[in-house]
Amino acid sequence: MSNYYTKETMKRFLEPKYFGEMKGADGVGKVGNPKCGDQMTVYIKVKDGKITDASFQTLGCAAAIATSDVVCEMAIGRNTEEALKITQEEMIKKLEKLPAVKVHCSSLAIEGLKKAIDDYEKRK
Amino acid sequence: MKKIYFDYAATTPVDREIIEKIKPFMGEKFGNPSSMHSFGQEALFAVDNAREKVAEFLDCNEREVVFTSSATQANNIAILGTLKKIKNPHVITSSFEHKAVLEPLKESGVEATYLPVYKEGVVRVEDLEKAVKENTVLVSLGYVNSEVGTIQPIGEIGTMIKNLNKQRERKIVYHTDAVQAVNYLPCKVNDLGVDILTLSGHKIYGPKGAGVLFVRENTQISPIFYGASQERKLNPGTENVFAIAGLGFALENIGKYNWEKVKKMRDRIIDVVLSDINGAKLNGSREKRIPNNANITFPGTEGESLMIALDTEGVAVSTGSACASKTLSPSGVLLSMGLSHEDAHSSLRISLGRYTTEEEVDYFLEKLPPIVDRLRKIAGK
Ligand code: FES
Repeated sequence: MSNYYTKETMKRFLEPKYFGEMKGADGVGKVGNPKCGDQMTVYIKVKDGKITDASFQTLGCAAAIATSDVVCEMAIGRNTEEALKITQEEMIKKLEKLPAVKVHCSSLAIEGLKKAIDDYEKRK
Repeated sequence: MKKIYFDYAATTPVDREIIEKIKPFMGEKFGNPSSMHSFGQEALFAVDNAREKVAEFLDCNEREVVFTSSATQANNIAILGTLKKIKNPHVITSSFEHKAVLEPLKESGVEATYLPVYKEGVVRVEDLEKAVKENTVLVSLGYVNSEVGTIQPIGEIGTMIKNLNKQRERKIVYHTDAVQAVNYLPCKVNDLGVDILTLSGHKIYGPKGAGVLFVRENTQISPIFYGASQERKLNPGTENVFAIAGLGFALENIGKYNWEKVKKMRDRIIDVVLSDINGAKLNGSREKRIPNNANITFPGTEGESLMIALDTEGVAVSTGSACASKTLSPSGVLLSMGLSHEDAHSSLRISLGRYTTEEEVDYFLEKLPPIVDRLRKIAGK
């Protein structure tokens, strides 16, 4: 087994809980990684200002998939303002650490969530 | 868990018998080959012995063999050394050379033409002929591409250059990096018509830390390193006796091994993957290819995650994906063959070797499709 990623990153990469398209989402955020050409879509469901469900679709490296999973998990249960405050550091903490060259993948996940929230606000 | 190595193009394990033969040079036979006493002479004998084997393999003179610490170092000497004292030189190479050729070339700042390699990943002799200019002094082409395993017409080009040189005032020096070819293809320097050739020990079941630069007698080349007078002054410094001796033994073994079995297993991988995995495609010519390499694109996936997922099943391969490179740029080799960024992003290189078994191939073919499926699901493709 690779030691490049932490156990927690590998777990989320191999068995992500929050992947999949969401039908009837209230907000959708599509982002691409200008650096390596990856694609990520984040879906959210919002009720009374609170994110009740989140999911993702990611074409990218193991770190991108793992951080997509983390961002969805962290977003669920927060209201949209709180969700916007999720930081890269908090996410990386959940994975223990990320190789330096992979830190940008976590910002992609945050960006995806932000875009989904933006989309929700616009639709309101 | 199983541990399967399908990355022989990156490096090979050292042949067990060779390990035994070279062990003494890490122990009691530790002398410096430049010393005149018995300790030194014992080490010198090992280096000379290896030199003899290289000369035999390349069919050249022992004086034309320069040991280096790696193929990268050898390529640097080949390129920077031949260009060093020349005014206004022009170089021809291909657009998908190894970084160990492209980077020194860039560093030299000289005018260069990069030949196209097309979808097949093979340069065309006509293109080269057209690219030759009055001030062309060096042609540097890899014999076999390291990522896609495609074979370049090195001998044919050698004949062409020889003919051109007959009428030229400024002679063209012809260099080939043969690192990925040595195991499988003829490398006699006169048949190839090359003036300079590079090879490496650790790709041929020898240890890391030794390479060879063949330099034909009377080829104009200047040192780029300075020190004592080892290795025709082209690579001064105490020889890595252990690794050099191992390289010699490794070369002696070439030709003893029949690659038919490996080729059959590789072909099975290509056939099964292409028919069973939707959209999978082979990169580069299938015919003009060394027997151990398969480079395949799996659309709708990303190569780094594919590689990591395979690794968790115990299978080691490599990828041309941007996500796996330190610079986050996709494989220049695949892009120069006309692949889209997405397709380069989704590529895997599978390279087999002497110790690959049918069972390993079965295991790989069983594990791969569900991984591709799962990643496609996650990507929503
Ligand atoms: S998504 Fe490309 S490096 Fe992580």
